[in-house]
Amino acid sequence: MPVLNHLWIILALPLAGAAVNGLFGRRWPKTAVNSVGVGSVSLAFLAVVELVREFAQLPAEKVPWVGNYFTWISSGASTPHPFRIDFSLQVDQLTIVMLLTVAFVGMLIHIYSTGYMAHEGGYYRFFSYLNLFMFFMMTLVMAANLIVMFVGWEGVGLCSYLLIGFWFLKKTAADAGKKAFIVTRLGDFGFTIGILLVFWTFHSLTFGNIFTQLATNPPETGILTAICLLLFTGAIGKSAQLPLYVWLPDAMEGPTPVSALIHAATMVTAGVYMVARMNPLFSRAPIAMLAVAIVGAVTAFYSATIGLAQTDIKKVLAYSTVSQLGYMFLACGVGAYAAGIFHLMTHAFFKGLLFLAAGSVIHAMDGEQDMRKMGGLRDRIPVTYGTMLIATLAIAGIPGFAGFFSKDEILEAARNGPNANLWLWLLGLTGAMLTSFYMFRLVFLTFFGKPRYDEHKVHVHESPRNMTVPLMILAFFSIFSGWFAAPHLVGGIDYFERFLNPVFSSGAPVAATAESAEATATLGMQLVHALTGLPVIVAVLGLLAAWWMYVRNPKLPKRLSDSMRGLYTLVFNKYYVDEIYAALFVRPLLWISTNVLWHGVDEGLIDGAVNGAARVARESGGQLRQLQSGNARSYAAWVVVGAVGFTVLLLAFWAGVR
Amino acid sequence: MNAVPISYYLVLSAILFGLGVVAFVFKRNIITIFMAIELMLNAVNLAFVAFARAFNQLDGLIFVFFVIVVAAAEAAVGLAIVIAIVHNRQTLNIERVNLLKL
Repeated sequence: MPVLNHLWIILALPLAGAAVNGLFGRRWPKTAVNSVGVGSVSLAFLAVVELVREFAQLPAEKVPWVGNYFTWISSGASTPHPFRIDFSLQVDQLTIVMLLTVAFVGMLIHIYSTGYMAHEGGYYRFFSYLNLFMFFMMTLVMAANLIVMFVGWEGVGLCSYLLIGFWFLKKTAADAGKKAFIVTRLGDFGFTIGILLVFWTFHSLTFGNIFTQLATNPPETGILTAICLLLFTGAIGKSAQLPLYVWLPDAMEGPTPVSALIHAATMVTAGVYMVARMNPLFSRAPIAMLAVAIVGAVTAFYSATIGLAQTDIKKVLAYSTVSQLGYMFLACGVGAYAAGIFHLMTHAFFKGLLFLAAGSVIHAMDGEQDMRKMGGLRDRIPVTYGTMLIATLAIAGIPGFAGFFSKDEILEAARNGPNANLWLWLLGLTGAMLTSFYMFRLVFLTFFGKPRYDEHKVHVHESPRNMTVPLMILAFFSIFSGWFAAPHLVGGIDYFERFLNPVFSSGAPVAATAESAEATATLGMQLVHALTGLPVIVAVLGLLAAWWMYVRNPKLPKRLSDSMRGLYTLVFNKYYVDEIYAALFVRPLLWISTNVLWHGVDEGLIDGAVNGAARVARESGGQLRQLQSGNARSYAAWVVVGAVGFTVLLLAFWAGVR
Repeated sequence: MNAVPISYYLVLSAILFGLGVVAFVFKRNIITIFMAIELMLNAVNLAFVAFARAFNQLDGLIFVFFVIVVAAAEAAVGLAIVIAIVHNRQTLNIERVNLLKL
């Protein structure tokens, strides 16, 4: 079993790719950079596939499979609770799902980037960062203890920063990179304290040890709640939930493949993954679970409303991502971890596809991102249109597409699950309608109606093959990646949930869906029920409303926004959250930094001390140099004075000793 | 044997040394200063010899030889420097040789 015994191979491949491209890629032709960048990730994907094959043959008692490589940190070995961190990786069902998603979507986006970034400077740098990101992301999902996970967690943050600010000459891009880094740092502060609290409570940071102790000797609920809330703070930052979501929309300044890979498909889902990974803890802390569910549901609804009025095609998708991440947290919060991870996977496919297709649209429009200046692109770029439509149907939750299965499961869990909450379910349901509406608004504005751009200036063209093929592959998975759960609709087994059950079984009990004769008897009825459930109805309602407003009566949105000017302005300006944060936090901080820390502490205290020391040396030196008169006799006199003084001193001490 | 007490030698040595120091500091002529140095060295030599005899040990005598050798070497180098100074500055006054300053 080559890969299972050498898990590090999966990490080493993209890391080597990043190093080679970063060190030597500058002078290489693009084909060489391509083959290193895409090649390393493709090999990593193949290694993951081989890993899955080997994992399937592994007996159940050997899961999770842990690979220990070296002791990284060892401290306090003689104390009763030594702090010992191994660089160790683990594989279980959850890791498999995440690895497959990350490696596969990552590989497709690498291929897509060879087309999208073809005309950009710093080509080698881009691929080096992307490979580095793959390394850190896979470290994050394969980590066997919280510290290694934290390394991946911070590493993806670093790559996110580097890639958002990829066009660093553009001030908005550089600022957005800094904003992403700093805002997520707020969450990471809580995450770090959470990790320390875990060590304080369990005396270990290895997942296996923590969960064993939790089962045999569970600590108080209060401390568990504190741990979970702190860890969830980290997830709020990383996964862009209320109130730390503000960095994600700005992160759209980065190149579109980056938005697709990092800010839609993989990195931002790290928070969901972490909550799912720590599910035994969360399941024992009901208050923390409720907090997760509330934050998730409110974010899902809230950012969906912002998405309604955005005009930048990527901003709509960004708020949509925030909203969908909210659904994943809602799922985790109501105890349906498997549903959350399921949505994470399907979301990676359809949201990655949406971003890539949006990138293809932008590419076709020569860089235009404003949907008000698009329209009628349906026939000009048919492949992009077709794939984007599939992704939109998927995210809206139209039956048959991937998003339908996963979102339906989440809403079902929020209504009927072990921690069901009617209000959260209603929020989620309304959010689903808004999702469907703004996504179809995006499609209709972009691809339907009359062209609103200057047809003489912009030469709309379909993207090259290396961009469209990844789109088509992702479109395939946007339809079929949800079908693992299809039998569940008719009372059968949800294969996805059953696969992940070993990881989540210590959490909420998964409803045993025994295939009874009764279930099959009413198969038709259940199917009808599922397909006409409320989530489907609201999705179709959203679709129809968008169609009515943007295809049938293109004048209507204008009239509507005019009649509700105040509300529209509020939503259009994203509830002024950025401005409020600026007034509440940024400006006071800036003031303190400038007036106290800069002018006061730095210039006054630190510079003052340094300059003062220099001045003391200069003044005293100026006085002392008077002694250096050049007169040999005065030197001789000083020698005499010194000798006499020394002798007197010696005699005094000698007398003292006697 | 009615020997002279060691304190006599030491007092004489101290007086000679003191004279050397005073001459070294107050005289302006380089040759005189040079002689003052020799005087101080020999005052020390006297003290060494006196101690050597009082304690019946050879160490002091050996040290005196070292001092004499050093004094000879110093005289050779020092007089050469004095000649060089006289050549360059046409003076023996130490006050005029004051370039060693800022």
